[in-house]
Amino acid sequence: MERLQVLICAGTGCTSSNSLVIGERLEEMLAKYELTKEVKIIRTGCFGLCQKGPIMAVYPDKVFYGHVDVDSVEEIVKEHFIKGRRVERLLVTDIDYATQEKIFDIDKINFYKKQERIVLRNCGVINPEDINEYIARDGYQGLAKALSEMTPREVIDEILKSGLRGRGGGGFPTGKKWEFAYNQTSDEKYVICNADEGDPGAFMDRSVLEGDPHAVLEAMAIAGYAIGGNHGYIYVRAEYPIAVRRIELAIAQAKELGLLGDNILGTDFCFDIEIRLGAGAFVCGEETALIASIEGKRGMPSPRPPFPAVRGVWGKPTIINNVETLANIAQIIYKGADWFSSIGTERSKGTKVFALGGKVVNTGLVEVPMGTTLREIIYEIGGGCPNGKQFKAVQTGGPSGGCLTEKDLDVEIDFDTLVARGSMMGSGGMIVMDEDNCMVDVARFYMDFIVDESCGKCSPCRIGTKRLLEMLTDICEGRGTPELLAEMEALCYKVKDASLCGLGQTATNPILSTLKQFPEEYKAHVEDKSCPAGVCKKLMKFEIDPDLCKKCSLCAKNCPVDAISGVVGKEPFKIDQDKCIKCGTCVNNCRFGAIIRK
Amino acid sequence: MKSIADLKKLRDQAKSMVEMRDANKEYRVVVGMATCGIAAGAKPVLNALVEEAANAKVTNANITQTGCIGMCTLEPIVEIYNREGKKTTYVKVTPETAVEILHSHVMEGKVLEEYTIANYKK
Repeated sequence: MERLQVLICAGTGCTSSNSLVIGERLEEMLAKYELTKEVKIIRTGCFGLCQKGPIMAVYPDKVFYGHVDVDSVEEIVKEHFIKGRRVERLLVTDIDYATQEKIFDIDKINFYKKQERIVLRNCGVINPEDINEYIARDGYQGLAKALSEMTPREVIDEILKSGLRGRGGGGFPTGKKWEFAYNQTSDEKYVICNADEGDPGAFMDRSVLEGDPHAVLEAMAIAGYAIGGNHGYIYVRAEYPIAVRRIELAIAQAKELGLLGDNILGTDFCFDIEIRLGAGAFVCGEETALIASIEGKRGMPSPRPPFPAVRGVWGKPTIINNVETLANIAQIIYKGADWFSSIGTERSKGTKVFALGGKVVNTGLVEVPMGTTLREIIYEIGGGCPNGKQFKAVQTGGPSGGCLTEKDLDVEIDFDTLVARGSMMGSGGMIVMDEDNCMVDVARFYMDFIVDESCGKCSPCRIGTKRLLEMLTDICEGRGTPELLAEMEALCYKVKDASLCGLGQTATNPILSTLKQFPEEYKAHVEDKSCPAGVCKKLMKFEIDPDLCKKCSLCAKNCPVDAISGVVGKEPFKIDQDKCIKCGTCVNNCRFGAIIRK
Repeated sequence: MKSIADLKKLRDQAKSMVEMRDANKEYRVVVGMATCGIAAGAKPVLNALVEEAANAKVTNANITQTGCIGMCTLEPIVEIYNREGKKTTYVKVTPETAVEILHSHVMEGKVLEEYTIANYKK
């Protein structure tokens, strides 16, 4: 008889650190110790605490193991599963800030305590490859309720009432979008799930598709019923192979049970879903470009209006919703709009998933109610910057967003407060930066990304972003002037005003926001030709102080390019600036602090 | 599936698959499973509890194991914690008394005094 359930994360993060092999090893060990009948292995989606991966959770004990390796599996089986002793060294524990007591329970550790999981409720809890587990947790009850108790108009009213806004970046009210499509007369309408997640650092959509694919399918069927459409597309990047496989499996299982296809649950409603693979172009997250790509054309945006709700894929009314938006729908219908709108702020309801990354202790996926402060996310959930470094900024909204600093940490975040502060929600990327990050370099990183991803259709974006990247490179390499800064800022506004789609219109935000928040760093680069954070290598110089040098030769021995010369015990060592590649190895190796970075 | 009733039926059947992952239950039943416990017969006790809980559809308790409780001569030991953390300790438990304890304590909310450590007679 089954007495233990072992959940192993099989999301992309833990899979890449060997969780599948760990699962196989566990199967072997359970067989070896004759526990196969007593212990059940369940492979789930992402737990969110990716930093601790590979992750294993044991229920009903509520024990959470992190950084599990293949060699520890037998120990876990022998000690924990047979003798009931937790393997202490692998436990993910925490310290209660108030009482200073150690916390073991999964749901009580600081990373999870402040979270409220709606979108991620099943991620890391159920086996995404078994539809029965989804159904056991009230899966498809929202669809059943819509089909049996509500008219399409009532479904739309419920979504409008819930206050749900699009999680893909724009924050447009989802119910409004549906209403536009509902009001169109057409023989066919389409529902598209936008799973073309492209922001660097954001991976919540992938995690939902990997960990809870049926939530998206159910929502698409509800959307189809509401607007009067019978066909759906999931546009997902081919770079997400695990997600694609799980959606395929989920569609097949849902069809087999009659939850997709013809006459769903014995009603007249029919709905089918197809997968369309994208090649991973950032611009295809823009809805008109996405539609073009589905139709087999080159993924380029076109001017709106007409909006997709009027003329979308194949010229028919189409709604496009992002994965995270859809993951809220079934629960709103099942539990009611009042439940949903009780969470969040005045104008932004529900929760938001953030992909917390960069210089923060607990990197991973975090879902919090709208209105949570940046400080709570970065410090209480994320554990602050590692190695005692000083927090400098947090970048939200990816390449379309901006940077926020210390003074913004107590702002209650929602769609509108972030915009008011010069950034945006975007799809929920949240990259923390500390004193070692150069903000000019950060702006250059995003611009490099944009230049790669600009589709080239309109010249402000195609040419403008390229010129901006050149300017930023000049600044980082010591060729900047104050005039160049002014010119760059002016060009940013031109690109913003004249670009065709959202990609170009927001592409310069990372520059504008860093210019505004960190003028002194730009100034140091162009006037003093120095990089205060010590990132821009062309502006750096390493020198050995002859008075402090003990002539030990350790620096020279470790220099990868033989740029350091001297005589052991006799002559102080010197760095040949022409040969030096500014890697910093000598600084790290010198025991006497004789090497100075300028 | 042909109807909404079918879906509800399937949900109720499937519930038992995921129930163990519900963190916050009324009771936590713990069996001491260190070497002393196993030697005294804790394994059949644990199995009996798990099986009976499934057969009798007990949903308000998690059954789990722990290491040595410290009174090795009284093993097998079963401890039942309520939500507030109050503990009742049953000693020298057999598979048969384990089932009795489950029915009385967990399902009916009545402590089976005769098997508790307080009433144990040498």
